[in-house]
Amino acid sequence: MSKDENWSEIIRPKRHWLDLNLKELWRYRDLIMLFVRRDFVSVYKQTVLGPLWLFIQPLFTTITFYFVFSRIAKIPTDNVDPILFYLSGITLWNYFSDCFSKTSNTFVANAGIFGKVYFPRLATPISIVISNLIKLGIQILLFIAIALYRVYFHGAQININETILLLPVLILLMAIMGLGLGIIFSALTTKYRDLSFLLTFGIQLLMYATPIIYPLSFTSGKLHQILSYNPITPIIENFRYAFFGIGYLDIPGLIYTTVFSLVVLILGVIIFNRVEKNFMDTV
Amino acid sequence: MPAIIVENLYKQYQLGQVSTGTVAHDFNRWLHKIRGKEDPYEKITGENSREEKGNSKYVWAIEDINFEARQGEVLGIIGRNGAGKSTLLKILSKVTAPTKGEIKIKGRIASLLEVGTGFHPELTGRENIFLNGAILGMTKAEIRSKFDEIVAFSGVEKYIDTPVKRYSSGMYVRLAFAVAAHLEPEILIVDEVLAVGDAEFQKKCLGKMKDVSSQGRTVLFVSHNMAAVKSLCNRGILMERGKVVFAGSADETVEHYMRINAQNLKQKVTFETKEVAVGNENIKLKSVAVVPESPFITEEISIKISFWNASESKVVKVAIDFIDLNEDVVFGSGFDFHTDENGVCSGTCIIPKDLLNDGVYSLNIYFNSPELRPLWNVANIINFEVEDKERNSAYFGKINGAVRPKLNWTV
Repeated sequence: MSKDENWSEIIRPKRHWLDLNLKELWRYRDLIMLFVRRDFVSVYKQTVLGPLWLFIQPLFTTITFYFVFSRIAKIPTDNVDPILFYLSGITLWNYFSDCFSKTSNTFVANAGIFGKVYFPRLATPISIVISNLIKLGIQILLFIAIALYRVYFHGAQININETILLLPVLILLMAIMGLGLGIIFSALTTKYRDLSFLLTFGIQLLMYATPIIYPLSFTSGKLHQILSYNPITPIIENFRYAFFGIGYLDIPGLIYTTVFSLVVLILGVIIFNRVEKNFMDTV
Repeated sequence: MPAIIVENLYKQYQLGQVSTGTVAHDFNRWLHKIRGKEDPYEKITGENSREEKGNSKYVWAIEDINFEARQGEVLGIIGRNGAGKSTLLKILSKVTAPTKGEIKIKGRIASLLEVGTGFHPELTGRENIFLNGAILGMTKAEIRSKFDEIVAFSGVEKYIDTPVKRYSSGMYVRLAFAVAAHLEPEILIVDEVLAVGDAEFQKKCLGKMKDVSSQGRTVLFVSHNMAAVKSLCNRGILMERGKVVFAGSADETVEHYMRINAQNLKQKVTFETKEVAVGNENIKLKSVAVVPESPFITEEISIKISFWNASESKVVKVAIDFIDLNEDVVFGSGFDFHTDENGVCSGTCIIPKDLLNDGVYSLNIYFNSPELRPLWNVANIINFEVEDKERNSAYFGKINGAVRPKLNWTV
C-alpha cells in the first residue's frame, strides 16, 4: 500500500458504495456557483420582461386557481384569503417541483459536457437546487408584498407566529427531497427515457395530492390519511400554520418528512454515484 | 519516473439499442450478482472490429491495455479509426469508467478532447472564461490571477464583454483555447480533433504541447497523423482492435503502423498461370504491383503491370485511373504495350515524386485495342497509401488538394 501513496489518483472500474468524494465536490464549489450564475443570467437574456417572469408565473397561476377552485368549484380555504392561500402553496410547491424536475434530467441534458470533461457530476444538480433557491427567495418577497397589499387594502387576515422560524428548515427539506428524488430519476432516465415523460405527468398529479389548492382540513377519512403520507404535506401545512395560524404545528409530520428526505437524498446520491461513472455508454 | 501507469485495462460496450430489451438482461445480471456469480454478459467477448459483425451483444472496445508514460515525455497514441484510442482517452479523462483494470496517475490531468466545453452562447467572453475554467478544474482565484493573460492570448480584448454567440467562429475557438492553454496541468491529453483548426490555431496548439513537455510535464497525444507524431512525440504506442500491438520510439511505432496499414491494403496481385488469372478471352492479368508498397510523398512510385494478351492485336493500349478515397479520379494515364514472344505484355508507369497527396489510392485499369475497342477493364485492382513524411512548417493537417506537386516558387 505504501507504494500507492505516490499516486495522486487511481482510476478504477467501480467505486465503493459510500465513497462519495464530498471533498472533491467541495473543491469544485466555485464551479457550482458559476453554474448558478449561468443559469440565472442566461435564462433572462434577450427577454423583454427579464426576471419579472419570476413574478408573472406564480401570480397568473394564483389568479387561475382563484377563479377555478375558489369561485367556480367553491373549495374553501380555511377562512384564509384565497389569493394568499394559493400563492403560498404555489410558491412553495414550485420550488419543490422545479428542484425535482430540473435535476431529474441532469445526465441527459448535460451529456455534451459530461462526455468531454470530468468534474463531480453532483455539481450540476446541486447548482440547480441553489439557483432555484434564489428564485424562491425572490418569490417569497413577492408573496410578502402581496400579503401586505391584501392585508391593508382588502382586510385579509394573517396570523404570523413564531413557527415561521421553521421556514428555513421547511425550505431545506424541500430542497433535499427535490434533489434526492431528482437525482434518483436522473440516474434512471439515462437508461429508460420513458421515465421523463412519466415524471412530468407524475409531478403534476402529485400537486393535486398535496394540499396546495385545498386545506388538509377539507379532507377526511381515508383520503385524509393518504394525504398525510405525502411527505410534502407537512411542509405546506406547517407553513400555513406559521403564516395564517390555520391548522396546527405538525411535529410528527415534520419528523416523518425529515426522515423521508434524508433517506431519499442518501439513496439518490448512492445511485447517482454509481451511474455517473458509466452513463456515457448508455446515454 | 512514470506519470501514468495503465494496467490491464478493459472496457466493454454493449452493441445495439441499449434501452430496449435490456431490462431482462439487467435483471439477469442482477440475479447473477446477488447470487455472487460472475456476470453472464462479461464472458461473451467479441473483438473490437468493424469488419466482422459478430453475434455477441457486447464487445471489448479496449482489451488488456498496459503501458506507462514517463514524466516529461510526449507519448503518441496512434491507430486507425476504431482502434480504441478514443475509448482510452475517455477513460483517462474520467468521462467513463473502465470495466476492469486500473490507471495510476501522478498529478493533475487535463484533457483537451474539445475546447470550449460548457461555453454558453448567451454569456459574455468574460463570464465564459470563468465558467469554462471552472469546468476544467480551476478555482475562481486561479482564473482571476490568469485572466489578463488569457484575454491577451486570445486576442479578443475588445469583445470580452460581448456574448460569445456574437463572436466569429475563429474568435470563439481562440478564446476557448486560451482558457485551456492556461490550465497548467502536470499531464495533458490532446486529441487530434484539435488539429482541425486553421494553421495559426494548430501552431498555437502544438506550440503549447511543446511548452508543456519542455517544462517537464507529460503529454499524451492521440493521432493518426504520422507526420505530427513523428515530429512531436518521443515515444509511441500503436493500438489495433482495442489492443496495444506495439510500443517503442515514435519513429518505430509509425513504421510499424504503416506496415500494418500496408497489410490491410492490396498493393500487389499476381497470378501464376493463365488458367487462374482474372480477365477475359482477350486479356488475362498476370500481375499488378506498386513499388514501394507504402511510398512516401517524396518518393517515386512505380506501377508495374503485366498481362497475357490473346487479342488480335500485338499492341494493347493500357490506361490507369488513380482514384482517391472520395471516389474521384485524381488523374489518368495511358501507354501502348507490346506483346513479347510468350504472349506477355509488361510495362511500368512511373509517378514522379512529390505529385500524389498523402492518402489511399486505388487503381482502375483499362485495356483497349489500338482502334480503342475495349478489350477488358478492371476496377480497384490494387490500392496503396501514400504517406506524408515530415513537414518543415508547424502545420500538420492534411494539405488540401487531390495532388500535392512540389512547385517552384520565386520570391
